[in-house]
Amino acid sequence: MSAHAGSIHHSEAPKGWIRHYIFSLDHKIIGTQYILLGLSAVTIGVILSLIVRLHLVWPNLHIWGFANGIVSPEDYLRVITMHGTLMVFFVLTTVPQSGFGNYFLPIQIGAPDMAFPTINMLSFWTTFLALIVLLASAFVPGGATISGWTSYAPLSAVGEIAGPGLGLGQTLWVVSIALFCGGSLMSAINFLGTTIDLRTKGLSLMRMPLTVWGWFITACLALLAFGVLLAACILLLLDRLAQTSFFIPADLSVSGVVLHHAGGSPLLWQHLFWFFGHPEVYIAILPAMGIISHVLSTFSRKPVFGYKAMVYSLTAIGFLSFTVWGHHMFISGMNPYSALAFSILTLVIGVPSAIKTFNWLGTLWGGRIHFTAAMLFAIGFVSLFVTGGLSGIFLAQPALDLYLHDTSYVIGHFHLIMGVAAIFAMFAASYYWFPKMFGHMMNETLGKIHFWFTFIGVYCIFMPMHYLGYVGEARRYASTESVNYMIALHPVNMFISFSAFVTMSAQLLFYFNFFWSIKHGKPAERNPWHGTTLEWSVSTPVPHDNFAGDYPTVYRGPYEYSVPGAADDFIPQHLAPEQVAKAG
Amino acid sequence: MPHLTATDELEIIGSSGGAKPPAGSGRDGDGGRRGGSSGIPQRVYVTGITIAMGGILMFFMALVSAFIVRKGLGGDWLPFGMPRILWLNTGILLASSGALIQARRLFKRGDSGGFRHWWAVTTVLGLLFLVGQLIAWRQMVAAGFYLASNASNSFFYVLTAAHGLHLLGGIAALLFVGWGRLRKLTLATGTEIVSYYWHFLDGLWVFLFLLLLLGR
Ligand code: HEM
Ligand SMILES: [Cu+2]
Repeated sequence: MSAHAGSIHHSEAPKGWIRHYIFSLDHKIIGTQYILLGLSAVTIGVILSLIVRLHLVWPNLHIWGFANGIVSPEDYLRVITMHGTLMVFFVLTTVPQSGFGNYFLPIQIGAPDMAFPTINMLSFWTTFLALIVLLASAFVPGGATISGWTSYAPLSAVGEIAGPGLGLGQTLWVVSIALFCGGSLMSAINFLGTTIDLRTKGLSLMRMPLTVWGWFITACLALLAFGVLLAACILLLLDRLAQTSFFIPADLSVSGVVLHHAGGSPLLWQHLFWFFGHPEVYIAILPAMGIISHVLSTFSRKPVFGYKAMVYSLTAIGFLSFTVWGHHMFISGMNPYSALAFSILTLVIGVPSAIKTFNWLGTLWGGRIHFTAAMLFAIGFVSLFVTGGLSGIFLAQPALDLYLHDTSYVIGHFHLIMGVAAIFAMFAASYYWFPKMFGHMMNETLGKIHFWFTFIGVYCIFMPMHYLGYVGEARRYASTESVNYMIALHPVNMFISFSAFVTMSAQLLFYFNFFWSIKHGKPAERNPWHGTTLEWSVSTPVPHDNFAGDYPTVYRGPYEYSVPGAADDFIPQHLAPEQVAKAG
Repeated sequence: MPHLTATDELEIIGSSGGAKPPAGSGRDGDGGRRGGSSGIPQRVYVTGITIAMGGILMFFMALVSAFIVRKGLGGDWLPFGMPRILWLNTGILLASSGALIQARRLFKRGDSGGFRHWWAVTTVLGLLFLVGQLIAWRQMVAAGFYLASNASNSFFYVLTAAHGLHLLGGIAALLFVGWGRLRKLTLATGTEIVSYYWHFLDGLWVFLFLLLLLGR
């Protein structure tokens, strides 16, 4: 049998606009498509959170697009459900992994493309379809669903009778998430296959940039977690459309009507959802961790402190993340011994997390730090990760969580550690890789102003929420005025809302900087940050097959900065030993 | 400059490692991508299907644990009579795996006529299995066990349907590799990955069958 069909040549770029920019097979275009998809989703998501903050402090404010201009309690729930779903799935899960990962993973490992380009294209378009279905759910009769990003059963399972948005809106939500699972599974297969088999000569596992490690472990988690969510979505859909009783208990009375269902278990949904859900939060943060390690090392002009420890802790976090889902269910009436086990396992994750934090600090320590915009966001990430992680330790105590669960405290926790931290990593990645992606530099001064507004802003928004949670402000309440003790908290909410308005406005700086710099930014050199990894060895714009047919050999680890005896303070991975200029 | 040489050495580790094997020594005969060539090594398709099977397994394990939890928590679980034909179907699917093994053996010997013959037998047996599953559904319905009658029935339909759809994909792959035009895959790789997938679905079915039989 002939075995030569294996060497397909990729150097020919497809002709024609549609094949090139729309149904492209090129990982760089697909990565960019994912980034633009995320940018659209985050824009809508931020507008929704603007509505949330406006409504909480001025409940009677007229807002365009709502019946009579008034945000009803149901509307409020729709808004937060859409906000959470868009942000968690279509921004945090999508951009750091499928966006930047798609773009840079093949280049960083010296490959011409992802292993399965067609599947790559399919993953993107499936994800795109999922987004369209989700957005469409806001425009169907009954409107978008009100059941939150976690879609707890039985509310999410019984249909229209339970309230507005729980008819077609909820069905579309489930369909959208099921599609999203499909897209993510395909994407995970691509990332794993590519990293395992397409590394260039000399690029052993322990020479991979930490970004690649982050994407790799994340793909493992996605592969194992999204199948579970897909299964859960299918069962939920059957409960909704085919009268099965997976999640709907017997004799459930909803809106005064007793439903004809038998023996289902709402807790089953929680278990399936959080078995996916906890790994999911790490799916959002592990690529970010990789990016941050990469950026910190580049701008400290120092190797990553404890590279191997970074790899092992990443792996440990990935593994442990499958064992702790119960910490989201402490108040579900679980056996206290199970709660204890989940609590201890959750605290154990703190250990590899702390290792990473100390290694980031160790990387900074004694470095010649260049405070670029990317670096500022990377340092900001470390700060947010510590703050958000500490509140996690509190939540991991069942006794405390009985009180803190479903309060603003949890909102503060996960926004700092997941929402904002991952967004900081995306900002760092944008400022850092923009020159390679678009051939121009982003404006550094604007970037720094953007950083300070955002950094101070997010702390002003989310730190007070911990306090609000302590004193009992419930999560997901449309009004903070309807309960007596909450009225006294009004000034705090006012402060949060104003901080949010300022922080959101500051993001306009980023949009402007991003789109303006694509054309008008300072032209970028091939390697403006004096980086060591392979993406800086290729020309800009990056050729269709990344290396113009000339695949590099890797001779050393990814972070050889300030090596004693070398003339430059960085030694690129692909430079042959005899090419390395010596000092003096 | 001794400290520079510490990392100078090229680490060449096995085919699962980073450094690509030197020309000609790859698993697939053309040595995989190397130096100036930009081909995709064939082994990545084997890796890909292995990974995909991991994801599919997790999907089914989620359904299986839902089965176990729902049965334990519900208190309304009613057993149902398993359609007899499932035994026959199971036999057919096992036989199809046997035929597939034979097809690959002949393929490796270079007997392309024999290969095609047994490949076709596998495909037909696979289709027969699916027809058998549909008959099993008809028998369930005839006996009054509908999708929503009881959770045990719901799981029967969900598990068989999910497995059947995956098997349908397997049949498409059999047809494509046997009679379609392969572009990136060599025939050797094509037969290899289809057979892994097929045996996997076969084993999965035996597991699901036992689960339904003993746990219904
Ligand atoms: C040492 C680290 C961490 C610990 C101990 C921890 C602990 C917890 C606990 C116990 C809860 C449940 C609170 C409740 O609902 O009552 C929780 C919620 C949450 N955590 Fe963490 N966490 C940690 C790190 C993270 C990270 C790294 C992320 C994401 C990147 C994250 C994202 C979330 C999210 C999204 C929720 C809320 C989900 C929801 O109810 O909507 N956490 N955390
Ligand atoms: Cu969690």
